[in-house]
Amino acid sequence: MTTLGDYLTVSGILFAIGFSGVLLRRNVIIIFMALELMLNAANLSLVAFSRFRLGDDGLPNYNAQVLVFFIITVAAAEVAVGLAIIVALYRARRTTNVEDINSLKF
Amino acid sequence: MPAFLFWLFAGVMLVFGALVVINRNPIASALSLVVCFLGLAALFISLDAFFIGIIQVLVYAGAVMVLFLFIIMLLDLRAEERRRMNWVAFTGGFVVAFSLLVQILAVISRTQMAKQAFPPLASQQVDDVRNIGLLLFGNYNLPFQIIAVVILVATVGVIVLSKRQLR
Repeated sequence: MTTLGDYLTVSGILFAIGFSGVLLRRNVIIIFMALELMLNAANLSLVAFSRFRLGDDGLPNYNAQVLVFFIITVAAAEVAVGLAIIVALYRARRTTNVEDINSLKF
Repeated sequence: MPAFLFWLFAGVMLVFGALVVINRNPIASALSLVVCFLGLAALFISLDAFFIGIIQVLVYAGAVMVLFLFIIMLLDLRAEERRRMNWVAFTGGFVVAFSLLVQILAVISRTQMAKQAFPPLASQQVDDVRNIGLLLFGNYNLPFQIIAVVILVATVGVIVLSKRQLR
């Protein structure tokens, strides 16, 4: 039988993987993917709590799932803007390595 | 859902999530992320969140990852050459991430609620699309319209950013 803690543990490990990706990798695109991993880890714990805390009618708490829906929508918009910024940056600097992008003005 | 399916999908998701960070080739990272999102969608469906699971496959594994692959191919990124690693930064980042993981696991192991199994649903028939739709267009109508404006702004912003003469 799977418990709430199992889902939260998996979610926590996924969040830590994404966090380590943001800290350890140098490629902007990989860092961006690791950010997506962290967003999805948060979604997993939200859905687990939605299933755990049943509403009065004995169905999952759908407020949490609406929040997950909003997170997914905003994340999709964020990915589009972020990738456009990365493309503009690549056109200006010819690199996606964060160690080469260390000045505020160019 | 049988317990072994949960562990199977959770294992697949975590292994491919780790591969996203470990892989040197950005294309391999993006494809690992697709598999990771598919495993996550299976976990959502195991929690009776069918709508969220399908949205996860359609939006994340479909649209967002195609966008990522498209940009990687547009920029023609190759596998990174080995650089001289900054060992202090590497160890520092690893220690911070690992201590975050230890803290999350410690909090979960101390919580009494985390040891309980999921309560059974009142009925096997879960029409979650209907319930989410009712909430979206009733209680959360204003946030829903704001999200629509956010997407419009994002679309305009992407077009402005991708113009050649940015300066």
